[in-house]
Amino acid sequence: MEFHNATLDNGLQIIAEQSKSAHSVAVGFFVRTGARDEDLAVSGVSHFLEHMVFKGTERLAADDVNRIFDEIGAKYNASTSEEVTLFYGAVLPEYLPRIFDLLAEILRPSLRTEDFETEKKVILEEIGRYEDEPTFTAYEKLMQTHFAGHPLGQCILGTVDSINALTADQMRSYFDARYQAGNITLVVAGNFDWNEVLELAKKHCSNWPSGHPARIVTEAQPSGGIEVITNPGSHHEHVMQMTPAPPSAHPDRYAAELLGVVVGDDSGSRMYWDLVHPGYAEFAEMGYNDYDGSGVYLTYCGCAPDQTAENLLRIKTIFHEVNVKGITAEELTQAKNKVSSRIVLGSERPMGRLSALGNNWLYRGEYRSVEDDLNIVQATTLDDIRRLLATYPLGQTTTAAVGPLESLNGEASAH
Amino acid sequence: MPAQEIRTTQLSNGLTLVMERMPDVRSAAFSMLIPAGNIYDPPGQEGCAAVLSDLITRGAGERNSQELAFDLDNLGLQRNESVSSSHLGLSGATIADRLPDVLRIYADIVLRPQLPADQFDAARAGVAQSLQSIEDEPRQKAMLELRRRCYPTPWGLPSDGNLEGLSRLTAETVRDHYERCVRPSDSILGIAGNFDVAAIQAIVEEHFGAWEDKEAPTVEESDWAPNIGHIAHESTQTHIGIAYESVPYRDEGYYNAWAAANILGGGMSSRLFTQVREKRGLCYSVYASLSALRDRGRVLCYAGSTNDRAQETLDVTLAELQRLREGIDPGELERCKAGAKSSLIMQQESSSSRASAVARDWYHLGRVTTLDEVHQKVDALSVASILDYVAAHPADNFTVVTLGPKALEVNLGVS
Repeated sequence: MEFHNATLDNGLQIIAEQSKSAHSVAVGFFVRTGARDEDLAVSGVSHFLEHMVFKGTERLAADDVNRIFDEIGAKYNASTSEEVTLFYGAVLPEYLPRIFDLLAEILRPSLRTEDFETEKKVILEEIGRYEDEPTFTAYEKLMQTHFAGHPLGQCILGTVDSINALTADQMRSYFDARYQAGNITLVVAGNFDWNEVLELAKKHCSNWPSGHPARIVTEAQPSGGIEVITNPGSHHEHVMQMTPAPPSAHPDRYAAELLGVVVGDDSGSRMYWDLVHPGYAEFAEMGYNDYDGSGVYLTYCGCAPDQTAENLLRIKTIFHEVNVKGITAEELTQAKNKVSSRIVLGSERPMGRLSALGNNWLYRGEYRSVEDDLNIVQATTLDDIRRLLATYPLGQTTTAAVGPLESLNGEASAH
Repeated sequence: MPAQEIRTTQLSNGLTLVMERMPDVRSAAFSMLIPAGNIYDPPGQEGCAAVLSDLITRGAGERNSQELAFDLDNLGLQRNESVSSSHLGLSGATIADRLPDVLRIYADIVLRPQLPADQFDAARAGVAQSLQSIEDEPRQKAMLELRRRCYPTPWGLPSDGNLEGLSRLTAETVRDHYERCVRPSDSILGIAGNFDVAAIQAIVEEHFGAWEDKEAPTVEESDWAPNIGHIAHESTQTHIGIAYESVPYRDEGYYNAWAAANILGGGMSSRLFTQVREKRGLCYSVYASLSALRDRGRVLCYAGSTNDRAQETLDVTLAELQRLREGIDPGELERCKAGAKSSLIMQQESSSSRASAVARDWYHLGRVTTLDEVHQKVDALSVASILDYVAAHPADNFTVVTLGPKALEVNLGVS
């Protein structure tokens, strides 16, 4: 593995990890923008814009974009989160110039009004699709409640009303403000030639306007709460909870990751043994999510409605035990073995390396090899876990539930 | 295509071992197919195979449930137990040097599971919870129903069974299912990754060699005819599933069938995506794919639209499916080939992909197709060969399931 990086004059950052034994190459443009960077008047614009990027440029119609990706056999997609909009694809090495040309081209989209109106219908369908999914409804409600008053509480898809009201001009202004070169990182992983990547970047991206748009990253101070969305037709109760955890640049983030595995991994964790293995819940998991300047432990439990109160109490008991007594050396070793294996398996494909490389660079401005990650995981100690728990104890600060229940009988609160 | 190192051997008890060495990866993965899928569920006690797939890892050999999970977690094994119509599937992946220890433990799981009666209720509750949660996932429910209705029973039955069947199950039924179905002949162990082939073969022979064979159970198959139905459900979108007959993997027409399905609904430049989503904005999600069982195959399509637009979506989708026989653009075929070629090569980057591919090939064909051979078959496809296939297997005799507040009309011959 060989690492390279460069910055173009307009501020576009380029990082690349070369693996000569890879059979493919993955390319991703990480735009540091998402729901948290939107004014409420344009809620949902980042995600809608992500769709519009595939609708073509002055040179290419929408059909051409999809057609060319498929002509080169690309595995490609895009995603929008609270804080990153990502456009990526993996191809055989011989097609690197073509996918590069295409991705760079569509990142300067025409945003034609006619396409905008057609795609608006697709966005409304996507909102409708998620409305039918309790997992998504619960997550969205939880984010809104936990991060109330903080930009992270802004929803990714927007609402039917905000999307209906959005104009193509508002989207163009948002694009101009956020898709500046200084706000974009190009990440390349797999089998490629670094000089070729650099030349491609200069050729296709040098004319992008410079600029470093700002973002407010104050750590959220959630006051908590319980939100119950009653859906008499549904069978399961879906409960999600959040409590503060280290932000993305915090040195204890690896400890938080390992703690999540010990307490809430989908198998072999404390929550697994106490809730899932005995058949009390279909699933009961807890993990660490990091954001720019904030972080959360996210708990998710799905079970029969009449088991909900008891399950939340079981989770509360586990969290309390861990906060007071910590975890055992045996549990930590086991979590390290699991996480190490996941790191190795997850990085086998260039596409798998892309997000790790991009996130390390975007959030922390650093490059970390697979070996670096394995080493830091192995070096984590029980003292690290204790220090983490002293600052960021486990908890059930904020709760959102979707299902037949009308209330959670007060069992949801840890206060 | 790079040369592959594949070795196949059959143990004297009938177990087939297929190994592929991948010198460029750090991992090893296995995929074990045991002919104990849900088609062998005793009628009226559906869900038996699903409960066995949970119970089988709750203690094996000398290890109880906790000890077993603990040791597998410590080996960093990312594992999965699943049930398909034909098989109980056990699979996993980890860092390559841990493979021998993993295989020793899996010999216990397969040959000497404890199937503890005192954990039967918990395992059954888990399957029941998962059945109930499907009721809250209309999209998945529509496709499960489509599968059930488009194949003769028992081939399309849901792998988790049904709640009535589960309620009649006992720990003894599940043990009987194990005794009756779990046998070495017709079982396939596929292994791929970076390991010493001779050493792994010796370990498999040593630990699986004593597994005693027994007679294959028989399956009764129902009559079947295409059918159209609606499931009333209060949801934002109407979920549409459409199926029609195709061919199995070992049929000589398979690659043409695959190409036809791919041109219709494979990628973002496919006909359904272009006509239903991109041109009309009717859907967020629309696709078609080939479902291939050993002796039969179907094309399965999905589309989901908000309720008042669902009729148009169904009409346009059916019209597109029927229009394929009128002609195929050479560019559509080229895109299909390009996608297939890059998928084939990228498979070489993941031991899990290869382990499941070699096991699946053996089940369907009784041999492993090399990537080179698949590549040649894909290269040999022509517009004429696909159109000949479509003429012989036209899209008609549809099975249609709609799930939403209002039934739709199935209009054939309308565009």
